[in-house]
Amino acid sequence: MAGSTRVPTRTPSQLSQGAAVSGGVGDSSLRPDGVLKATGEFAYSSDMWHEDMLWGFTLRSPHAHAEIVSVDVGEALAQAGVYAVLTHDDLPAEVKKYGLELRDTPVLAGGKVRHQGEPVALVAADHPETARRAAAKIKVEYRELPLVHDEATALAADAPVLHPDRDDHHAAHVPHPNIVHRQPIVRGDVAAAAARAEVVVSGEYEVGMQDQAFLGPESGLAVPAEDGGVDLYVATQWLHSDLRQIAPVLGLPEDKVRMTLAGVGGAFGGREDLSMQIHACLLALRTRKPVKMVYNRFESFFGHVHRHPATLWYEHGATRDGTLTHIRCRIVLDGGAYASASPAVVGNASSHAAGPYVVDDVEIEALALYTNNPPCGAMRGFGAVQACFAYEAQMDKLAAELGMDPVEFRRKNAMSQGDRMPTGQVVDSPAPVAELLRRVKARPLPPERQWETLGGAPDVRALPGGLSNTTHGEGVVRGVGYAVGVKNVCFSEGFDDYSTARVRLEVIGGEPVATVHTAAAEVGQGGVTVHAQIARTELGVTRVTIHPADTRVGSAGSTSASRQTYMTGGAVRHVCELVREEVFRRGRERLGTYHPAWATAELLLEGGKVVTDAGEVLAPLVDVLGDEPVEAVDEFRHRPTVALDPATGQGFGHVQFSFAAHRAVVEVDTELGLVKVIELACAQDVGKAMNPDAVVGQIHGGTTQGLGLAVMEEIVVENAKVRNPSFTDYLIPTILDTPTIPVDVLELADEHAPYGLRGAGEAPTLSSTPAVLAAIRAATGKALKRVPVRPEHIVA
Amino acid sequence: MRVTFTVNGRQHEADDVWEGESLLYVLRERMGLPGSKNACEQGECGSCTVRLDGTPVCACLVAAGQAEGREVTTVEGLPEFARRRAGGAERAAGDAEAAAELSPVQQAFIDAGAVQCGFCTPGLLVAADELIERKPQPSDADIREALSGNLCRCTGYEKILDAVRLAAARADETREVV
Amino acid sequence: MEFLRPASWEEALAAKAEHPSAVPIAGGTDVMVEINFDHRRPGHLMDLNRIPELHEWEVGDETVRLGASVPYSEVIDRLATELPGLALASHTVGSPQIRNRGSVGGNLGAASPAGDSHPALLAAGAEVEAESVRGTRFIPVEDFYTGVKRNALAEDELIKNIHIKKADGPQQFSKVGTRNAMVIAVCAFSIALHPESRTVRAGIGSAAPTPVRPRAAEDFLGAALEEGGFWDSGATLTPSLAREFAELCAGACNPIDDVRGSAAYRRRAVGVMARRTLGWTWESYRGNRPGGTTTEGGAPCA
Repeated sequence: MAGSTRVPTRTPSQLSQGAAVSGGVGDSSLRPDGVLKATGEFAYSSDMWHEDMLWGFTLRSPHAHAEIVSVDVGEALAQAGVYAVLTHDDLPAEVKKYGLELRDTPVLAGGKVRHQGEPVALVAADHPETARRAAAKIKVEYRELPLVHDEATALAADAPVLHPDRDDHHAAHVPHPNIVHRQPIVRGDVAAAAARAEVVVSGEYEVGMQDQAFLGPESGLAVPAEDGGVDLYVATQWLHSDLRQIAPVLGLPEDKVRMTLAGVGGAFGGREDLSMQIHACLLALRTRKPVKMVYNRFESFFGHVHRHPATLWYEHGATRDGTLTHIRCRIVLDGGAYASASPAVVGNASSHAAGPYVVDDVEIEALALYTNNPPCGAMRGFGAVQACFAYEAQMDKLAAELGMDPVEFRRKNAMSQGDRMPTGQVVDSPAPVAELLRRVKARPLPPERQWETLGGAPDVRALPGGLSNTTHGEGVVRGVGYAVGVKNVCFSEGFDDYSTARVRLEVIGGEPVATVHTAAAEVGQGGVTVHAQIARTELGVTRVTIHPADTRVGSAGSTSASRQTYMTGGAVRHVCELVREEVFRRGRERLGTYHPAWATAELLLEGGKVVTDAGEVLAPLVDVLGDEPVEAVDEFRHRPTVALDPATGQGFGHVQFSFAAHRAVVEVDTELGLVKVIELACAQDVGKAMNPDAVVGQIHGGTTQGLGLAVMEEIVVENAKVRNPSFTDYLIPTILDTPTIPVDVLELADEHAPYGLRGAGEAPTLSSTPAVLAAIRAATGKALKRVPVRPEHIVA
Repeated sequence: MRVTFTVNGRQHEADDVWEGESLLYVLRERMGLPGSKNACEQGECGSCTVRLDGTPVCACLVAAGQAEGREVTTVEGLPEFARRRAGGAERAAGDAEAAAELSPVQQAFIDAGAVQCGFCTPGLLVAADELIERKPQPSDADIREALSGNLCRCTGYEKILDAVRLAAARADETREVV
Repeated sequence: MEFLRPASWEEALAAKAEHPSAVPIAGGTDVMVEINFDHRRPGHLMDLNRIPELHEWEVGDETVRLGASVPYSEVIDRLATELPGLALASHTVGSPQIRNRGSVGGNLGAASPAGDSHPALLAAGAEVEAESVRGTRFIPVEDFYTGVKRNALAEDELIKNIHIKKADGPQQFSKVGTRNAMVIAVCAFSIALHPESRTVRAGIGSAAPTPVRPRAAEDFLGAALEEGGFWDSGATLTPSLAREFAELCAGACNPIDDVRGSAAYRRRAVGVMARRTLGWTWESYRGNRPGGTTTEGGAPCA
């Protein structure tokens, strides 16, 4: 490791695949990290270990909004085994804040805390318990301040302004300083369209605060280097974004903060922001010892941002024949104490607010608040998830008013290629919305009363309540519901979105081997699998090595926004093409005289050989390469987007759209309000299934997170305090809550994207939730305007 | 305090153990066996599942001192554990060939695509292996019940079910051949 | 913190007498969570796993003597005939891993109103055998729960056994949770028919500061069954009778609003569970009488 004399005992390793694993683009290749993960050898961030390492611990605020009157660390520092205690006053650089989009988050609270759990001080000690005991001895005197916890308290005339010195680029546009960002989208003549409407429905909907609940807790190891820099092994979604935020706070140039991606135990947006990164580095630099930090599950709930809770007011109109006339809506997102990804979430909520439907006349407003609630930011499908729940509820309501079948009503208004989004953007690649709905509807329904057994006694595992034995069939009613959604892919609104890849082709042991090096965060989605597949397809080799992701190569951008296969996949393909051209050039130069086809034919790399498009073998790759590797590195960009107009929201804001539809079949115990989801069928267009099994795995996972939001997942916040920061009371679906999930994958190529692929990770999270809710409404006849739906809402 | 117990057939010892440490912490931080995972430390996720004297338990809820003198099997020991159960001869520790072999349930998880981020995988493997040991041909409902204490956030469980079905089917084929 | 490893019951009692604040740990499913999350730092942890008799059970003529540390999985596998309500309740505890470690003794020691075994113990009838160096006490389980997470144990006492009445009729257990597995009770209900004494007992969990018996409901139902000659006739229960029983059970609740559910919902759910479980047990009673017709008992996976 450059600049470091100390390397941890366990570090991320290269992922190599020999002849045993094969497969190019379109094959269901196995994961290159599969064996390591199944044997327990894979080095996750919490597994990092160093001989003489210390343990870091964070003291957090018990208050949601308070002035810090004084901090006394004396007793903590005096405790045996304690190496350092740091507070805001110890921060080494001028820059004392960081942030994903806006630099508004203090590394350690100085003067004020703005949410419960905000970091106030750090301890490094020789054992986690020593660190915890020392932290308990830090005396912090707080003076509590009035709370800002919803729209009314945030925008009240006398509301405390949470960030009084804002100088960010949204500050000038917002009507109140406690609004992070506000995006209106206005198109057509809504008043005229509304006058044309024969049926109008409206409603207010609520989405609770969902947690990413990745299983691998925030963790990592910082190792001080001899050059004054630091080596950081951490689980994140975007190494270079972390680096950009970390280095200034440490007062170090970026090249002295060397980051390596440690194994990531899931992310789902929750690792897009920093957690322990800066803290571990500060402690390591101060103590000159390696420092490991690992949050437990309780701390994890305070250690990362969550999905924005939202209140959404909608009005939909239609003519009697079932044609949408207009949509009015207002979406209020609670961003919590710091901005995180709130501006982008506002952009997504507003631009996807109408859903995948043709409607020319819209008035949309979305905004995110600053409050003293837990900070909210990125989570799978952000902005679009909240909107989809509300507009799909509205579509059902409107269909019911019109006396139409909800699927036929949706299909009648479904957008297709060539239609416009509310932003005026033309959807210029396939948009098979009606077809996706047709497919989920055409599936045979699962058999009824599956709990009945031959013996007569019911199998309670197949009933609502499950093992808790609440019903043997009494009160159980089946319902079926549908939903469809649209989500943008890649970064939007004019962001310079790119990814970098380095590819090396060389002869090792007499065989051509490709090594792919990117900074893309493998968070479980299978990027490493796809990168190897692309290298095999493009370079005609079998053996591919995936280099650990680190900051010694350029940024790959974030593993979020369904973008990584598109972007880093695109970068790997692009750089493989550069390598291939160099191989051909070298072949022509060295071997061109042996065969005229070197000069005249279209050349390909296949099966470790240079061949012509007619199939003639010109030379083995090993002969062309000799002992001189070919290496290339370059960036890949998608076509540019533009910022949405601040007043009208018009503009080519998104690079690609992704669509999925679900049909949910549920059985509800209508007396107890308990729900068993029987089946959750999904149809999704992925453009090109780069790895069909992995695509289906993404759809299963996204669908299940949507199910969780529908029926159980919520961080309950009261008076800005979290009531359930544990896996005992923040419930995510178990295998007994998760139904069969049949998946229908369409592959309608997007000509603008590498291999025609369409980002796949998020879309299934959108429609799953409203489909389940529609099914519960069908079973119960209840309006149910809030997720997660709780038993008391169903029986109320 | 000092604790001594057997892990994957080998005696391990740890000194200066704080009395509040869990078996999970000792395995991960003192014995160099980080395969068992630390997702919740409250018995709600199953990612730290190990066999304690043969019984699947959450290692996070076993106090280190309670493991004294006992036998622990972790994901790292599954290949050898499965081989012995199948009647295979004992092999020397460090036997490269033995180490390279995976237990049938590990292989099935890889082949079925049941691994994404993989953080839940070690615990699921220990639980699934014990299920097939106890019930060689489990029904889907049996699988769901046996794995209901193991949370997975990535896969939606479909491919985990596939993997357990696959491991059971392969075991069945093997038995028929024998 | 000091780790005590008594090798015998006598050693454990002596240690508890010497260190009254020592926290006994068996399955660790409550204690270790508190330690891992820094909610508790006892001066002494006392491991009870090395005391063989705590892991033993014995079926007597009228009762089952259940060692305090017998794990739930054993109750499910071995004692479903004698203790059907407790076996059903045990099956709803946590996960397979938790059921392999957690025990009724631990549930009683923690005395959480949400503990799954309490309603079944109340319905079946049970006594807690508490012992100290001073002697042995048998505490009726009704008297054991004294408040939220408080019980009748003196500080030097340990739970040795739970003596539970063997079922002389059908028993049921039902629990509402917002997940289909691995969930803490929003509320729970257990019922036991006692044809020998012609009485009905029930237990309610998580709907009051302590687990409670709905005595008015029990008395009402007992009297109604007796007066209507139901025990002898095995007639179908009249819906109004079941409804009244359910309402009285709901009325026995004194729940709170919390993150797991509202008070109103808990009351309602207890009523629904009371009505349903009464129906299941009564149908089972009718079916098991000579000439009975129905077969439905508990769940097959019980």
